[in-house]
Amino acid sequence: MHLHKYEKIWLIFGMASLVLFLLIIGFAAFWKGTHPQSHIETIDPQNVEAHDAFKPENLGIREVADGKYIVNIVASAFNYDFGKDKEGNAIKTIRVPKGSTVLYQITTKDVVHGFQVAGTNVNMMVEPGHISRYETVMKNTGEFTVVCNEYCGIGHHQMFGTVEVYE
Amino acid sequence: MGKENPKQHQPSLHESTHSLKGTFIAVMLLGIFILVAWFGFYALFLSR
Amino acid sequence: MATNQLPLAKKDARLYMAFMYVTYTALLVGGLMGLLQTLARSGKYTLPFNINYYTILTVHGVILGLVLTTFFIIGFQFSLMEKTVGISDKQRKVAWLSFWVMVTGTIMAAITILIGEASVLYTFYAPLRAHPAFYFGLAFVIIGSWIAAFVNFRQLYVWKKAHKGQKSPLLAFMVTINMLMWFIATIGVATSVIIQFIPWSLGYAETINVLLSRTLFWYFGHPLVYFWLLPAYMAWYAIIPKIIGGKLFSDPLARLAFILLLLFSIPVGFHHQLTEPGIDPTWKFIQVVLTFMVIIPSLMTAFSIFATFEITGRKKGYKSLFGWFKKLPWKDVRFLAPFIGMAAFIPGGAGGIVNASHQMNALVHNTIWITGHFHLTAATTVILTFFGITYWLVPHLTGRRLTPRLNKLGIIQTFVWTVGMTIMSGAMHIQGLLGGPRRSNFSEYAGGEQVATWINYQIAQTVGGTILFIGILLMVYIFIQLTFFAPRGVEEFPIAEEEKNAEPTPKILENWYLWIGITIALILFAYTIPVFDILKHSPPGSPPFDWPIGRG
Repeated sequence: MHLHKYEKIWLIFGMASLVLFLLIIGFAAFWKGTHPQSHIETIDPQNVEAHDAFKPENLGIREVADGKYIVNIVASAFNYDFGKDKEGNAIKTIRVPKGSTVLYQITTKDVVHGFQVAGTNVNMMVEPGHISRYETVMKNTGEFTVVCNEYCGIGHHQMFGTVEVYE
Repeated sequence: MGKENPKQHQPSLHESTHSLKGTFIAVMLLGIFILVAWFGFYALFLSR
Repeated sequence: MATNQLPLAKKDARLYMAFMYVTYTALLVGGLMGLLQTLARSGKYTLPFNINYYTILTVHGVILGLVLTTFFIIGFQFSLMEKTVGISDKQRKVAWLSFWVMVTGTIMAAITILIGEASVLYTFYAPLRAHPAFYFGLAFVIIGSWIAAFVNFRQLYVWKKAHKGQKSPLLAFMVTINMLMWFIATIGVATSVIIQFIPWSLGYAETINVLLSRTLFWYFGHPLVYFWLLPAYMAWYAIIPKIIGGKLFSDPLARLAFILLLLFSIPVGFHHQLTEPGIDPTWKFIQVVLTFMVIIPSLMTAFSIFATFEITGRKKGYKSLFGWFKKLPWKDVRFLAPFIGMAAFIPGGAGGIVNASHQMNALVHNTIWITGHFHLTAATTVILTFFGITYWLVPHLTGRRLTPRLNKLGIIQTFVWTVGMTIMSGAMHIQGLLGGPRRSNFSEYAGGEQVATWINYQIAQTVGGTILFIGILLMVYIFIQLTFFAPRGVEEFPIAEEEKNAEPTPKILENWYLWIGITIALILFAYTIPVFDILKHSPPGSPPFDWPIGRG
């Protein structure tokens, strides 16, 4: 099969670009550990409270070390449970200082949901029977909307929260 | 655009059908677009 | 290929037109749903009659993503097969059977969705449970398409037997590749529908394995988009050259591109599941690598298209570096519409590479960027090429002509589409990068600056969507004209020929055992271990949920 000289150059250039992209994301994923979230840890969706992280009293944000936080969330149609404040009201806003490392842990009691802290790289599928985890450094200040970005039913667009990153 | 290629002034039919200079430039521009776009979005990803 | 000029026998034309009627009905209905969605999402209008946003979203996705595409593709491919390898009376009868099975399935699914019993979108979303009729309907659509696939295989087989030692006509080869890919891919979704969804929706199975259902769906979900794209590639490789007055660039390279598309379209479904929790990241990365392989035939296609343009122009005597480009038949809508489609594939393809880039997927996953992406690739690249085909295929089938007036209307249609889509898809891309979610009704969420910005882009989408709907009305009008009212005459069925001195096509390109074998091997490689893992580490299954989609 004959390939024109220019087509050869073009295909080599194109394939080299693809290899370059793969090397960059492969290096980041395997050596720097920035894989997309995949924890393969399962849970009984009918009994998420059996897992320590998802006991009602452990929901919401917790500082585990200096500048290190864990946020536990239980999703259900059509709500994110970030726990309750001292007055017993449902928490809707998570506040963290800029530059802190935050591990988000979330699971669902019912259907498939999404969990995205819009404007950051925290963007996970949340599926019944699985725990979704993503650790990241909150680099930028601002108010970030938490949205369910995977269709979960007719109240899908009413499922939200806020992450506030302050100086 | 529209610049005369000196080599192409008196092409034989066979040569003219195989001059793919314009094609080559077009696909390479396409390739550069893909590269620039990808690195742009990767930079945005890293900044977040 | 002199037969290209001859009109088809009435009985054949009727079959292909039947597929076209469904296509353009689907375009009108699906397009109207799209318009309603963009209006609702602007926050300035509420849907009338208490219609649920997610019902129209489901209709839009199913009717345009599954019905319009599948009917147009199968009808168009049947016409290509007849023109290249012929159709027998018996094959035509079976082809009609495929049509009616698909129509039955479509009607079943459509009614179930419209009465609000299947607002699960076309990606199913277990453990949300739709009415069983929805799953049965989709199963019928798939089974109908399989019947069509086997008719196509039979058509080529019969021709090959009568033409021993000859290479198959290029377009027949391409149709066969596309239907093979479709068949292998739909086995995944059919398995999921028949083994998982139907028994579970009927109550025979108590729970469903959600991750397995998603994996089987996406095993099908990516080749699905290539099933849309390949007919467009058929037109770009083998029909556009004829329209611009040229020849095929290279028969063997076109075949090679299609073979690569067959090999690498299927073992790549994980790139739709990159942010899912239950899949090993190494296997995700392996499928990302395979996804990047499927870009290569598109790189080849880009070269081939430009080369066809340049060679054709140079033969006509345009000598300057880009003179051939300026002299393309811009005023011929049969060329212009697919050309805009090709142009849209440049940002569309570049965006696709970003989507598939493993961890970078988190930047865009499930944001409305993705919606913007496939409105460039499917709803511009593919659809404008399909429109471009319609302009000659329909009058060819109905024994009419594409008049200068209709050609001009077509050019206006193409222009309207380009403007509308640039606004809508552009706004979707930007809003997605800012974190705006897809598949969502209008919402102010927690309020604030970020959400206010999203809403501004949603208003831009309403503007774009409205312009696009005008484009749809125009296209439906053109279709009706070409079908019933345009003056009688003969419209060419353009099929490009090879150069007289073209190099021979290597026999290996038609070694079906080899290519099907490699396809299956790649699928087994990419899926065996991860699917085994999914089964082994599966959590307790999920019972069905009816209430979240409003089922009582």
